[in-house]
Amino acid sequence: MQLEQMYQEIILDHYKRPHGKGLAEGFNAEVHHVNPTCGDEITLRITRDPADDQKLLVSYQNQGCSISQASASILFDQLNDQTLAVGELAVDHLVAMLQRVEEPNEDVLGDGIALVGVAQYPARVKCALLAWMAWKDAAIQALGQEVSTEGEK
Amino acid sequence: MSLLDVAAIRQDFPILGRTVRDAKKLIYLDSGATSQKPNSVLDAERDFYETHNAAVHRGAHQLAEEATIAFENARANIAGFIGAQTNDLVFTKNATEAINLIAHSFLNATLKSLRGAPLPVGAQRFVLGEGDEIVVTEMEHHSNLVPWQELCAKTGAVLKWIGLTDDGRLNYADLDTVITPRTKIVSFTHQSNLLGTINDVARVSAAARAVGAIVVLDACQSIPHMPLSVTDIDVDFIAWSGHKMLGPMGIGCLWGRKELLASMPPFISGGSMIETVTMEASTFAAPPQRFEAGVPMAAQAVALSAAVDYLQAIGMENVAAHEHELTQATIAALSAIEGVRIIGPTDDRDRGSAVSFVVDDIHPHDVGQVLDSLGIEVRVGHHCAWPVCRRYDVPAATRATFYIYNDLSDVQALADGIKQAQAFFGSN
Repeated sequence: MQLEQMYQEIILDHYKRPHGKGLAEGFNAEVHHVNPTCGDEITLRITRDPADDQKLLVSYQNQGCSISQASASILFDQLNDQTLAVGELAVDHLVAMLQRVEEPNEDVLGDGIALVGVAQYPARVKCALLAWMAWKDAAIQALGQEVSTEGEK
Repeated sequence: MSLLDVAAIRQDFPILGRTVRDAKKLIYLDSGATSQKPNSVLDAERDFYETHNAAVHRGAHQLAEEATIAFENARANIAGFIGAQTNDLVFTKNATEAINLIAHSFLNATLKSLRGAPLPVGAQRFVLGEGDEIVVTEMEHHSNLVPWQELCAKTGAVLKWIGLTDDGRLNYADLDTVITPRTKIVSFTHQSNLLGTINDVARVSAAARAVGAIVVLDACQSIPHMPLSVTDIDVDFIAWSGHKMLGPMGIGCLWGRKELLASMPPFISGGSMIETVTMEASTFAAPPQRFEAGVPMAAQAVALSAAVDYLQAIGMENVAAHEHELTQATIAALSAIEGVRIIGPTDDRDRGSAVSFVVDDIHPHDVGQVLDSLGIEVRVGHHCAWPVCRRYDVPAATRATFYIYNDLSDVQALADGIKQAQAFFGSN
């Protein structure tokens, strides 16, 4: 049944017990993204890792459907304390997987490969992408902010 | 039991014979978004193109004559459906455009007035000034909210709204404080697309009349579902869409009081809506043509007229009574499921058949997905009424809406489907 293909156990586990949910106090960038057709929302913060400022710490608060919630939890697992390059690779692969132009690659997406069933439901694809698009937006802002701060010195 | 022969009606709707998602029988509970179309409507549109197709209100050849007659006969029939005179009915793309037409008439009158440009006699009523007030309600569809926000942003008018009670009704106590001598427009929905609430038109319009405001009624969710005559209600404009009342997409209606339409400057300008044109300036046609620039949607008007015939053959009282029975059954069935909460009135008084609800611990998207897997097509999300969701502190809702082709078995299927969603997500 198609329904179980989308709502795999691993998705429901992330939905019911999300990883990393809750906003960090200090941050370099914060974005708020919404899915205007259904009201899914996420606030995502990026804090540059003090030990290595090219690595990006993720925190978030969100509300929405199981797919959007699970996807944010998976994103935390995959991208917390990772570089922009690693994250962009994952975002690009997730998009390609949901457009059915790439086969799921667990090395890149981890549990995110379980989102492959969403590709059958075009209306839900943006639920799966919400957190990842927010991350990309925030990550670029967080890195850009440093550059401009240094420029002022 | 039912007043309608639903089985016979269903035979008129080809789409209801198809299956969805793994060969499930289609149970269509999203008529509030758009209704399905009977054969007679589909045939009318096809027949227009096959036998009379020409651009209406231009040209003098036989086809142009026939097309124009068909178009204007459709106007007369649709106007008659709400007890209106033919030329007081303007065709628009949809209800959203109809409301925008009014809003832009105010804007254009205001801008032209500031520059001293020519305006129709009586257009002063449409001129807004800084601090003038526009009143809506908190239960509006975005289509009856955003155009007024935009008009305020452009003119300096102030948007105010009538709030809602906890049980999903208009807070009529707000009328006395929200509507003031500065109120120029009161625009409100007849029936909430999300809550199902049917508003007391006479009560709101009386408050608006007391201060001389223009009264606009959004009838998208009422005209398809109940008898409505302009001779029975005291409003200035009524906007609604054709596709929610068995008609085709691409056509909406604006009824307006004759003297007001005559005093309004045009919204969209171009061909068809003119009286005389020189290189320097133009004068404009009388309503309704003044508001119908460009080649209009004649085939859609003819098809909407066929939809009117279909509904009149059933009788709007019967449509309303049938839906009332389904509404009562739905409220009862959903109220009996633990963990389900209806957003909107839970009594059936002054209430239409839009029933929105939330299920504890399951997002509406996920509820809708399980229902969809069972062939039950409902609407999920904020229903273009985001402020209503905020008012009742829900991020979104699942909504079932009913029409003449639904019966009590659909209500039962909905209730069973919700229980399956609870079982699937382990919430009950």
